Amino acid sequence: MWSIISVLVENKPGVLFKVTNLFRSRNYNIDSISVGITENPEFSRMTITTSADEKQLNQIIKQLDKMIDTVEVKLLDEKKSIYRELVLMKIKITKPSDIMEITDLSNAFKCNVHDVRKSSIIVEITATPDRINAFEDLVKGYGILEIARTGMCALERGVGNES
Amino acid sequence: MSGARSLMVALEKEGANIVFGLPGGANLPIYDELYKSNIRHILVRHEQSASHMADGFGRVSRRPGVCFATSGPGATNIVTGIATAQADSSPMIAVTGQVPTKMIGRDAFQESDIIGISNPIVKYAFQPMTAAEVPEVVKKAFYISSTGRPGPVLIDIPKDVQQNEAEVTFPSEVKIRGYHPWIDPDIKEIERAIDMLLASEKPVILAGGGVIISGAFAELQSIAELLMIPVVTTFKGKGSFPENHPLSLGPIGMHGHAEANKIMVEADCVLACGSRFSDRSVGTFEEFERNLKIIHMDVDPAEIGKNQTTHIAVVGDIKASLRIMVKMLIQKAIKRAGDNPWLKRVNETREYFRQNLKLHSHPLGAAKVLRKLREVLPSQSIVTTEVGQHQMWASLFFDVIHPGTFFSSTGLGTMGWGFPAAIGAKAARPDVPVVDIAGEGSFNMTENSLAVSVLDDLPVIVFLLNNFSLGMVAQWQRTFYDRRMIGIDLKNCPDYVKLAESYGAQGIRAQSIDEIGKAVQTALKSNIATVIDIPIDPQEDVLPFVAPGTSLKDMILPS
Repeated sequence: MWSIISVLVENKPGVLFKVTNLFRSRNYNIDSISVGITENPEFSRMTITTSADEKQLNQIIKQLDKMIDTVEVKLLDEKKSIYRELVLMKIKITKPSDIMEITDLSNAFKCNVHDVRKSSIIVEITATPDRINAFEDLVKGYGILEIARTGMCALERGVGNES
Repeated sequence: MSGARSLMVALEKEGANIVFGLPGGANLPIYDELYKSNIRHILVRHEQSASHMADGFGRVSRRPGVCFATSGPGATNIVTGIATAQADSSPMIAVTGQVPTKMIGRDAFQESDIIGISNPIVKYAFQPMTAAEVPEVVKKAFYISSTGRPGPVLIDIPKDVQQNEAEVTFPSEVKIRGYHPWIDPDIKEIERAIDMLLASEKPVILAGGGVIISGAFAELQSIAELLMIPVVTTFKGKGSFPENHPLSLGPIGMHGHAEANKIMVEADCVLACGSRFSDRSVGTFEEFERNLKIIHMDVDPAEIGKNQTTHIAVVGDIKASLRIMVKMLIQKAIKRAGDNPWLKRVNETREYFRQNLKLHSHPLGAAKVLRKLREVLPSQSIVTTEVGQHQMWASLFFDVIHPGTFFSSTGLGTMGWGFPAAIGAKAARPDVPVVDIAGEGSFNMTENSLAVSVLDDLPVIVFLLNNFSLGMVAQWQRTFYDRRMIGIDLKNCPDYVKLAESYGAQGIRAQSIDEIGKAVQTALKSNIATVIDIPIDPQEDVLPFVAPGTSLKDMILPS
């Protein structure tokens, strides 16, 4: 079971290192992490997904909270959040009809298609992990050459942000 | 004003009047300003000792001790001291020189990435990149180090930042938006805690290091006496409660008192104050919490539920939390009589072990030696220990009467800590005798601080239990490795009397209990650094013993 933790941090050098080092030194696991500056340039938002049991998750949140450079730490409820990941997939093209088939699949998943070549095609998909997995399953047969993923990015629904 | 000058002014504003350190290329501008300031400098012979001295000073004075080191090896030499302070929540400010900003990252001479190296072992680390930042950085460093759960803060200052001039202002207050050390204890939870204690048949108070850090001695004693609850401590909490008090059972744990471990196992409810339930204190986590209701008070929210499942949690300063509890008890006129079956059981257990626990028969058995020290040493004296068998014997046989006078490297278990920490303690409290209960293996590691103790008029007594070996390792090899003894024989080298004398200190060899008493009295009267070398039996084990990975109920007793 994975969980999504949203961490608002001071936007300054070394903070990403400290957060990841906390996970390493306490033997927690990071499944994905994405970091970017927020509407306020003094802060960055980190979205971390981790697989941990409830007790460990509790500790992760508390240890993150204890860090002086973290301003706000939230465990996101999937149902009350929007969460997405962007994945670029380079898929093998063996015969010309593959291009059409993959493009059709991509349309069904609202993906963008880039860099169409005789031997490969790159598909850009922005979706929830379930949908990305479903898409990956469907195109696996063609042969996936390379994948790059951004890691999860998430925000709570509704009006938030008091900072 | 230069960055180095700003540092000195800021330190003075924080009330720092003593610095332990050693100069080098990258912190010379700081030393040049130290030369001009009124801050006292204690020159160490190795930077590790500077960090332990600052640690000892900080624990005793309950405000950050300050140490200086240069860049590169100077900085890495204090890493052990920083980790020790972090493990025991001790307030400390470590100021390191760094290569000039333009040289950072170019593998310059004596460059080490001390910010990266120290990250997991500091409470926080600063690296001001301009001279203008220095005053605020120092203010924040003291604020972070000394509030909430105290800890070490590193300030790494590049040499050009020390030299550069800047317009500066010294803030009288700082705010850090991600740091909230003051948490008001939840009164409702404290009420629930009282109810739970009253509803339990076999309650125990477990006092940890947090009681000593927050100075909650009187509050702890009031609660124990009002509710007539026996008090056990962690090793770090040793001496948070007078160990000659009728409700005291002493430390629990791997080498806890037999009666304390026994009663802890039988208890049905524990009020844990400022304890982090370390494995050395509680044994296996699962076994400890079985059939036990845990009330956990701690200043650090992350400690709640970390090692034990908690039934009631009170987050906040221990002194503040206990004070509220005392007030409630008095307001509601809650008292518990002392003639209940549980206390009867507690007293019987204590008496049983006092009568029947077999002590080592050697004429200089640890119990006899340390009880003699207790007998001749004034009760307000400060005691530190090194790390090893002698440390655990001190826990077992040296009763702390005056709360908050016993200090040890309990979390990290740093050999070589006790002696420099004692010197730091003496700097904080020159008015009382300071004794380092030592083993020679541990004393070896920082014995060159004898020069400091002599030359800087910080006389401490090294009470050296000399078994010519790394005794604790030897004990484990005897117990767990079928007596395959390796790497433990120190072969009676050096001669500690001559060693002391070569530094201008006093060296006394004491070979009987009587001579020990006289030696301590001589040391107390002479007021110069003294090493009392006591040849003990290398075969003596520390018992009782809760083997690692087992629970308190599996305690091994002397046979």
